Order: sequence, then structure tokens, then C-alpha cells
Amino acid sequence: MSDRQKIVLLLLPAMLVIVVLFFGGLIIGLMRSFNYMPIIGLTEPNFKAYISIFSDIEFYHSFLLTFHIAFTSTLISCVLAIGAALLLRRSFVGKTIVNFLFQLNLTIPHLVGAIGMLYLFSQSGSFARLAAEFHLISRPSDFPALIFDPYAIGIIMQYVWKEVPFIGVIVLANMQSIGEDYESVARSLGASKWQSFWHVLMPMIFPGVLSASIIVFAFTFGAYEIPALLGANYPAALPVLAYQKYTNVDLAARPEAMAMAVIIAILCAILIWIYVRYCRKRIRGQA
Amino acid sequence: MSQKQNRTLQSLRVLTGIVLITWLVLPLVPLAIWSFAKGWYFPDILPKRWTLNAWDYTFSDTAGVLDSLWITIWISLAATGLSVLIGVPAGRALGMYKFKGKELVELMILAPVIVPGIAVVLGIHSIFIFLGLNNTVTGVVLVHLIPTLPYMTLVMSGIFANYDPAYEDQARSLGASPLKTFWYITLPAIMPGIIVGGLFAFLVSWSQYILTLLIGGGRIITLPLLLFNFATSGRNDITGAIGMIYILPGIIILLLTAKHLSGRSGAVGGFGQI
Repeated sequence: MSDRQKIVLLLLPAMLVIVVLFFGGLIIGLMRSFNYMPIIGLTEPNFKAYISIFSDIEFYHSFLLTFHIAFTSTLISCVLAIGAALLLRRSFVGKTIVNFLFQLNLTIPHLVGAIGMLYLFSQSGSFARLAAEFHLISRPSDFPALIFDPYAIGIIMQYVWKEVPFIGVIVLANMQSIGEDYESVARSLGASKWQSFWHVLMPMIFPGVLSASIIVFAFTFGAYEIPALLGANYPAALPVLAYQKYTNVDLAARPEAMAMAVIIAILCAILIWIYVRYCRKRIRGQA
Repeated sequence: MSQKQNRTLQSLRVLTGIVLITWLVLPLVPLAIWSFAKGWYFPDILPKRWTLNAWDYTFSDTAGVLDSLWITIWISLAATGLSVLIGVPAGRALGMYKFKGKELVELMILAPVIVPGIAVVLGIHSIFIFLGLNNTVTGVVLVHLIPTLPYMTLVMSGIFANYDPAYEDQARSLGASPLKTFWYITLPAIMPGIIVGGLFAFLVSWSQYILTLLIGGGRIITLPLLLFNFATSGRNDITGAIGMIYILPGIIILLLTAKHLSGRSGAVGGFGQI
């Protein structure tokens, strides 16, 4: 058997799954978003679903909210993760514990973290009770709304809780393989601590940070269960809105749900393009 | 740098470390307490009365938690097994060979890692209607392959990139059959990768929500779905107990594989999915 045949055979099952399920799902979603599905007698594609969602203010609110959630969570997580990695690369008391907790956190599903946030930060949650204990508030409703709130603070806190360890572990490994020699050289040439971090270390860890950020942004943009649990009713995050439309008793709303799925997929395609363009080579070296 | 400055810096590190540790553990604390609490109302900082009621209920036959636990384990095991069977050959092709279109194949396999489930599952739901796969365990297992398979393939591709096929050639030239060669030479060499990749694929499947919700159609209630239902219905004590059970496999797997979880291993990328 030639190498060529071998490669085809080895890849065939995996490609079958990816092409049929993943790309099949994408393409069927795209077709249905245009009201085109010959198998059930829809033979004339149209833009109704897109016109409908683009003329509905709810979609824009939902999109902006989702973008805000993903962008803010990713940004805060990155900054804190880099800080945590800088802390963890030196030895200090409790380093082993932080390291272990970072890894533990990686294995805990987002949903559990979300329920934890609900019990900590809701208006009758642990922090509200502490505030009452210290006579800062007298009723649960005096406590600021951090869950089901329009700014999605609870959702963002949950993502930051989960993603700081995720990005942190990747950045830490990056830093450890780079070593501290370059910074020492910069320092001995008169660079300040900040300069040696910003101009020397940062450019070297950037590809790792960017690729982790892309994964985090895409996840936080497309996750359903966390905004479904911690989010306000209006506006709902885009994945929640898409699910509501899809499961609506009015079947006419289904193409609208598909159109939203297509929009999420397009956004991810852009992210994949950025990934390929800027971080691919570095990642491969580490795989 | 002066001694004093150094000491300030060191205590700053310790302080940040303490804040970090607290923040990492904090969300799990009320969950654990709730599972032993009886009527823990505002403004009590701790429950006035403790009980095992939630745990009794959780482990009773009528609650359905155990049924849900078994079906979740079964689905995750099946998705992991299939991922190994399909992902190991694909990993071999990507790790050991250079060929035309390899970049594209890699990209196609990588895409599901970035594109979230909600973007593809609505379309899949439409296809599965015709295939009769909606509301079935088979359908849920198949759809779980989308996040688990890329991950398994990437881990195995890393393993095969550092694998020397010369041993296989030697075994073959000494008269071993292809099957024997695979069983005695290849498999032992790639076993660590299969175990680590498999354990993490299990966790990825274990944490799926929206894929199961839509394809399972409310018939297949895995543990996260049940957890969500109890969390939104206000049964905090039972939610706490189920939550504790739900995070258990992750903790066990962590204890088994802690050293593989450094960011240096390609395996970590998969945790973006959990």
C-alpha cells in the first residue's frame, strides 16, 4: 500500500465525522437560514429570516451584550492570567496550592462555576448575607444586582473565574520555556522592570496569549448554559436567543435561529483566520 | 535591590497568592455547604440546621439522579471510545506524514475547537430528524464527537510526531503480522497518549450542555441538564449535592494526570471546551 493510500485510510473516519456532522451541520444551518430545504419542499431561497432579525432591535441588543460579555471576559482574564503566571513562575509560599487549584479549576465544568456565582453574588447570596451581617444592607433587595443584571457582571465573573487558570497555565508554560535570561539582559542594559516586561517578555508570550484568547472569546461568545442561568431576560445572550427562537412553538422562527447560528459561525471563522494568520506556527511547535 | 524592597515584594506575592487561592475555591464553597443545609435562609451566614436529606434524596431510586449519572457515564465513555478509535489513526496520519493538503485537513479538524456548539447543532438537529437520531443516546454520542474528536486527534498527532516507526519495520521484518506489530509494538508506545487524551476527551463530553439539550430533546437527561434544572427550580440543597457528584470525575482525573496538565502539553487546549 502506498503512503498516499495509507494517509487517506487513516484520515477517512475522522474526516467523515468532521465533514458530515460539523460541516454538514453548518451547511444545513446555512441553507435553512435562507428558507431553503428541498427535502421538505422549500425550494425557493429568500432573505426573510435575515431581514426579520436585522430589523428587530432585540437582535442588536443581544449581539452587543454577547460581544460585551466575550470581550470583557477575555480581556480581564488575559490581564489577570498574565499577572498570575508572573507570580507563579517564582517560588513563594503556597505556590503548589495555587498550581493545584489552577489545574482543579480546569476540570470543573462552567455550569458548576455559574451555580457557585449564583449562590455567592445573588441578592440573597453569601455576599449579601455578609453585607447584612455588617449592617451594610437591611434587605436582600438593597444588595446590588450582580446576577440577572443588564451588564452581565455575574456571567463575566464566572468566565473570569474559569478562564484565568486556562490562560494562566498556557502563559506560564510559555514563560518557563522562554526563561528569564532575556529579561536579565534587558535589565542589565538599564531597562526598568516594566520595560523589560512590556518590550521583552510580552512580545515573546503574545502568540500564546492570542491563541488562548481566541479560544476563550469564541467559547464565551457561543456558550449557552451560563447566560441561560445567570443572564437577564432581556436582552438575552445570542446563543440563548437562538435557542429560544429554535424551540419556539412558531416554526417560522426556526430560520431566524439558524441565521443567528450562521452569524456566530461567521464570527468564529474570522477568529480562526486570525488564529491561522498569527499563532499557527508557534502552536504547532508545541503540540 | 535593597533587602527591605525584596521583603515587601515577597509579602506582596504571598498576599496575591492568598487572594488567588480564595477566589479559586470560593464558588465551590456555597455549593458544598448547601448540600448539607436545611432551610438556609437570608441573612444566615451559615445554615442553622445541618442534614443529609439532600444526599439521601440524591441517592434514592425515585430521584432519577442515579439514572442520570449512569447515562452520562455511558455517553461519555462511548464518545471517548469512538474518539480513540477514530482519533488515533487520524493522529498518526497528521503526526507522521507530510502530504498535500495537510494544512487544510488540520484546519478542518481544528475548526470545531473554536466554533461553538450552538452554531452547528441547530443544523444537525434538522438532519437528525430525518435519520431518527434525535432523542436517542446514539444521536447524543455522535454529536459529542464534534468537540471530543478534534481534541483526541491533536493529542495523538503530538504523540506520533515523536514516534519512531522503525520499531514497527523491525517487528514486521522479523515476521510479526500487522496485527501483532500493532498490539505489541505500536500500542504500548502510544498508550500514554491514548490514556491522557482519552481521560480529557471524557471530561469534554462530560461537560457538554447545549449539544445534549437539543439532540437529546429532553428525553436524554445527562447530569449537567439535571443540575441546571434543579438550579433554576430553587432546590439549592439538591443542586449542591448533584454539583459535588458532577465535579468528582474531574478531580479523580486530575489526581491521575496532574503532571500532564502543564501548559506545555498540547492536551491543555481542550480545557477551553469544558
